[in-house]
Amino acid sequence: MGEPSATEPGQGSAEGVEGAEDAVIATRALTKRYRGGQLAVDGLDLTVPAGSVFGFLGPNGSGKTTTIRMLMGLIEPTSGTARVLGRPMPRAARAVLPQVGALIEGPALYGFLSGRDNLLRYDAADPTADPRTRRDRVAAALDRVGLAAAAGKKAKAYSLGMKQRLGLAAALLQPRRLLVLDEPTNGLDPQGMREIRALVRELASDGTTVFLSSHLLDEIEQVCTHAAVMAHGRLITQGAVADLAAGARGRLVVTTPDAGEAARVLKEQGAGDVVVAEDRVTAEPPEGDPADLNAALVAAGVRVRGFGVERASLEDAFVALTGEGFDVAG
Amino acid sequence: MSQAEGLKELRGPSPLWSFGLLRSELLTTFRRWRTLALLGVLAAVPVLVGIAVRIETSDGSSFGGGGPGGGGGGGEGPAFIAQISNNGLFLVFTALAATLPFFLPMAIGVVAGDAIAGEASAGTLRYLLVAPAGRTRLLLTKYATVIAFCLAATLVVAVTALAVGALLFPVGDLTTISGTRITYAEGLGRALLIALVVAASLVGVAALGLFVSTLTGSGIAAMATTVGLLITVQILDQIPQLDALQPYFFSHYWLSFADLMREPVYWDDLVKNLGLQALYAAVFGSAAWARFTAKDITA
Repeated sequence: MGEPSATEPGQGSAEGVEGAEDAVIATRALTKRYRGGQLAVDGLDLTVPAGSVFGFLGPNGSGKTTTIRMLMGLIEPTSGTARVLGRPMPRAARAVLPQVGALIEGPALYGFLSGRDNLLRYDAADPTADPRTRRDRVAAALDRVGLAAAAGKKAKAYSLGMKQRLGLAAALLQPRRLLVLDEPTNGLDPQGMREIRALVRELASDGTTVFLSSHLLDEIEQVCTHAAVMAHGRLITQGAVADLAAGARGRLVVTTPDAGEAARVLKEQGAGDVVVAEDRVTAEPPEGDPADLNAALVAAGVRVRGFGVERASLEDAFVALTGEGFDVAG
Repeated sequence: MSQAEGLKELRGPSPLWSFGLLRSELLTTFRRWRTLALLGVLAAVPVLVGIAVRIETSDGSSFGGGGPGGGGGGGEGPAFIAQISNNGLFLVFTALAATLPFFLPMAIGVVAGDAIAGEASAGTLRYLLVAPAGRTRLLLTKYATVIAFCLAATLVVAVTALAVGALLFPVGDLTTISGTRITYAEGLGRALLIALVVAASLVGVAALGLFVSTLTGSGIAAMATTVGLLITVQILDQIPQLDALQPYFFSHYWLSFADLMREPVYWDDLVKNLGLQALYAAVFGSAAWARFTAKDITA
């Protein structure tokens, strides 16, 4: 594998951080082709700034999980490089991974062990984890995800949401510089989702970089400062969430009992993609002042009850970028 | 290499912490119901053999009338069975001879086959590796645990047999295959040595099972394949036309442990057996390492 980075690769410089700016994750032309010939990730250039809550978006099958597995050293890239915390992966896995907490493709537990024993085992697997503080750290992690009361129960008796929490607790056994959370709110009820979001914000405010993959756009929008969008193994865009959403234009929404007439007038005025749903007409606003549109509607005798421009959501941005819905990639 | 790498860490973890995984692995393995059930089945064998021999000989007749040279079992039943009614200590040798061809290696096959593949199918493998357990360290830990299980399984058979033998039959000085007399204490020493040799005889199957375990993501498939290979090799070892190959079958010299009951001990086959086991451990251990360290973990 070539090392395109300017810094000396490998052994010499333990602190190769300068070369990777202050990016916590930096990939260059990262590519994975599975043995069947399927191209799962195609030339990915991803940069995750330190201290960000980074949303990693994409439909199922878009290559998110393969990317995460390459970042965690579970899968060898076909070509390209990945640096995590400034060190190359998977080569520096021993030094990098103790500083990374990860929840990958849902939790995996030993059903015949209690929740506490599961965490003790995962902690024992880390050769940098101090066995003298192990029990305390496990108790603290269980407490943090709200599982202290169920710690002694066998994991196979856990609900999906409890398993998810236990998986999160495993990621929080040590202070981490980076948390990689793949679909962390899967299987949680709304209250649980809110707790996880609060937890993510709390961790981020402590300075931990959080890399959060999700297919739930509003979830990303609520907690993330930055986001990247993937589809068909390629990175479509990345940047600050506010910039991404601003890239897509808001939609015009008119509430009126005369929906058909309103749609006709809007089209006349140059609005695109007019959609009528009962007493609600939405459209891409044309250039110019929306007030003129309203005036045109009123002049045409449309009884306008509501008129406004809805702020673009990340979903709008996504659709605008990919030209397609948020479905499973074929 | 597994311990040295931890030393460069910022917080300077002790190299001893590396063994935390082994401790956890041993605890996890021996706390599983499956492991305990396997050990239970193994413990049942000497009990059944002991009771059967006791019933058979309760009318005063001796079982097969084993003379001093009857160590080979006289074609009926496992080795040493004829001597049990004279001396309970022989139940240890009989039980080991009865379980070594199939029960013991099958139990090892289950534990070894499940070692990596079971973690993969449960998904726990990815979390161990991200922890990061380190692939070499994890594989070594798994192999050490399987070896520990070989020892535990053999000792369970031997100790149960010793207890049942002492309970149901007279004990005392015993006659070796060569016809010389040794004291009961020396007999116990030989029994322990035989148990260790039997445990070492399983090292090859353990390495084979571990290698199979790195090939698949299904614990059941790995266990079935390992046990299947074991049966196949046992059958091939019985076909006279294959005698050129048979010295390379891991099971070929298994029953050579009986030579420890000769006076003086006949070492040739024992040494061949241990050498063969070391060869299997080296070949399949390396293969498992090469496979596991290069594998994409997608489960």
